[in-house]
Amino acid sequence: MKTTSIASLLLSTALSFAVTGVASAQDKTVKIGALSDQSGLYADLGGPGSTLAAQMAVEDSGLAAKGWKIDIISGDHQNKPDIGTAIARQWFDVDKVDIIVDVPNSGVALAVNNVVKEKNGVYINSGAATSDLTNAQCSPNTVHWTYDTYMLAHTTGQALVKAGGDSWFFLTADYAFGAALERDTSAVVTANGGKVIGGVKHPLNTPDFSSFLLQAQSSKAKIIGLANAGGDTTNTIKQAAEFGIGKGGQKLAALLLFLTDVKAIGLETAQGLNFTETFYWDMNDQTRAFSKRFGEKMKNGAMPTMVQAGVYAGVRHYLKALDALGGNPHDGVKVVEKMKSMPTEDELFGKGEIQPNGRTIHNAYLFEVKKPSESKGPWDFYKLVGTVPGDQAFTPLSESKCALLKK
Amino acid sequence: MQALYAQLLVGLINGSFYALLSLGLAVIFGMLNIINFAHGALYMMGAFVAYFLLNLGGINYWWALLLAPIIVGIFGMILERTMLQWLTGLDHLYGLLLTFGIALIVQGVFQNYFGSSGLPYAIPDQLKGGMNLGFMFLPIYRGWVVIFSLVVCIATWFLIEKTRLGAYLRAATENPTLVRAFGVNVPRMITLTYGLGVGLAALAGVLSAPINQVRPLMGADLIIVVFAVVVIGGMGSIMGSIITGFALGVIEGLTKYFYPEASNTVVFVLMVLVLLVKPTGLTGRAA
Repeated sequence: MKTTSIASLLLSTALSFAVTGVASAQDKTVKIGALSDQSGLYADLGGPGSTLAAQMAVEDSGLAAKGWKIDIISGDHQNKPDIGTAIARQWFDVDKVDIIVDVPNSGVALAVNNVVKEKNGVYINSGAATSDLTNAQCSPNTVHWTYDTYMLAHTTGQALVKAGGDSWFFLTADYAFGAALERDTSAVVTANGGKVIGGVKHPLNTPDFSSFLLQAQSSKAKIIGLANAGGDTTNTIKQAAEFGIGKGGQKLAALLLFLTDVKAIGLETAQGLNFTETFYWDMNDQTRAFSKRFGEKMKNGAMPTMVQAGVYAGVRHYLKALDALGGNPHDGVKVVEKMKSMPTEDELFGKGEIQPNGRTIHNAYLFEVKKPSESKGPWDFYKLVGTVPGDQAFTPLSESKCALLKK
Repeated sequence: MQALYAQLLVGLINGSFYALLSLGLAVIFGMLNIINFAHGALYMMGAFVAYFLLNLGGINYWWALLLAPIIVGIFGMILERTMLQWLTGLDHLYGLLLTFGIALIVQGVFQNYFGSSGLPYAIPDQLKGGMNLGFMFLPIYRGWVVIFSLVVCIATWFLIEKTRLGAYLRAATENPTLVRAFGVNVPRMITLTYGLGVGLAALAGVLSAPINQVRPLMGADLIIVVFAVVVIGGMGSIMGSIITGFALGVIEGLTKYFYPEASNTVVFVLMVLVLLVKPTGLTGRAA
């Protein structure tokens, strides 16, 4: 009995050596973790739709036919940094996850950023807005897709100041994202000769904005800048209409607005809003084809938001890099370096690149919400107003505070 | 000073929702001894029923004000008959856990089908627009919410505290066996009371549909604050919950003006203070 157990122990040890030996040569297993707000105010713009986008990216990559085995798991961070980091740690330590994608909510995103760096995983963030991810808190393991606060400030913000909106009052979500968006937009406003005359910070997930709107109204600022997102933005816009804010000559600047937000507000109230996104389902044949496939798999037939599109494009690019490496090295820094060395190109964002600080560069588009009479279908919401090339929309490398650039 | 008046008024508007919801909770707790954690989910159902009535049946807001509480009230009565009634006489914890579970299930089902961003519900044409009060622009709809909920609150208080039916109800809570001896069908009365409490929640849901989004989590976000209101006012006290509801709305409104960052915690700070000084709540009597 004893001898057989020793023999089997020796055998299994030898086998496990053999297996790890093979693994380092060309391991073709990948585990992707889609970490998002699955049920709260950001669940529609990321959430289950982001997991679906990641799955579609895996299917479209064609790697399964080349012998790759790619698994996807998803988690709900509930907009709490402690929960987000706990899930991330468990994924790396227990579930052997290679890459975390999505992660909306800047507070959670920054916390997870540290975990991914510590565990040497790969982090493709699409859901969070804070530009700190590729500036002061940049990491060799992180790629930031889709959008950030710098881009929002330099597109929507700048356009409004140039159109005469030279005094601003901010309604800011009281956490990392709101602070970053207000900071970056204020910088643009003052740089273009405008001034910020006040602001109020509201708690995340506030149902009633009337108090804050009254303060914004009495400030007499020409522009009321909404440095919030998701359910907070929809409630603000809806209630601002109720308090007659548009009619008093003040203009709302929805600095960050998603497709699902416009759907929730309804065109009647949302019409005429100007904002910026980097992806819209109805841009060209390729985006329409992707979105149709996506919508068929969503319960409510929803079209993808730019965050979900970013998850798709990010995962596609990641898998391309792995394919080029010929196997999964399970080394985050190495994979991200490979990703940065390859130009990005996909059906949704077109051609682009990943800068050394981890920022993905692609076009940004200024949109206006259609009038109800102009809309031809349940998701036909946007008119294209202008295109901002990626190098003008995102932080120039000369201004980036990322420590990776000093090498 | 003008800004202050405006904040007071806005506080009253939010207070109306707190009052309506905490009133329903107080009625249910007072008569059934159940801590109804499903209240937020039922409030959300009220808003969704209004949305369905409008978009599927073409039935307008005014009918929804009547129909949604009845429909959701019937749903509540089914819950009471099939589940809650078996908990009579058990510790409060059982009712709390059961209703909490129901709330999670109901929210989960709605979230599965409607997502989290919510659906738009327009303000009825008759209540669109607003008037300039000098110190603020008051949307007519908000004024309507304050007046309507005040009327409903006072009517409910009157029904329970001043009518013969209310007297039966209160007597049945004190001593069900004795009241039954007088020929009153106590279980049916309790079911109807639960239906009334639930109907009040659904009514608040319909009222809030045009202001907030019709969202699966709209109740979950509100219910914790409403529980704090009930605790401050005194569990089961009808008038106490109405007055505290409006008062806390105003206090919250003032906080949003003077120190906005604390606006979603001020109610809980007050709750802690009240519990330390007077554990039965401001108007509650010791059990």
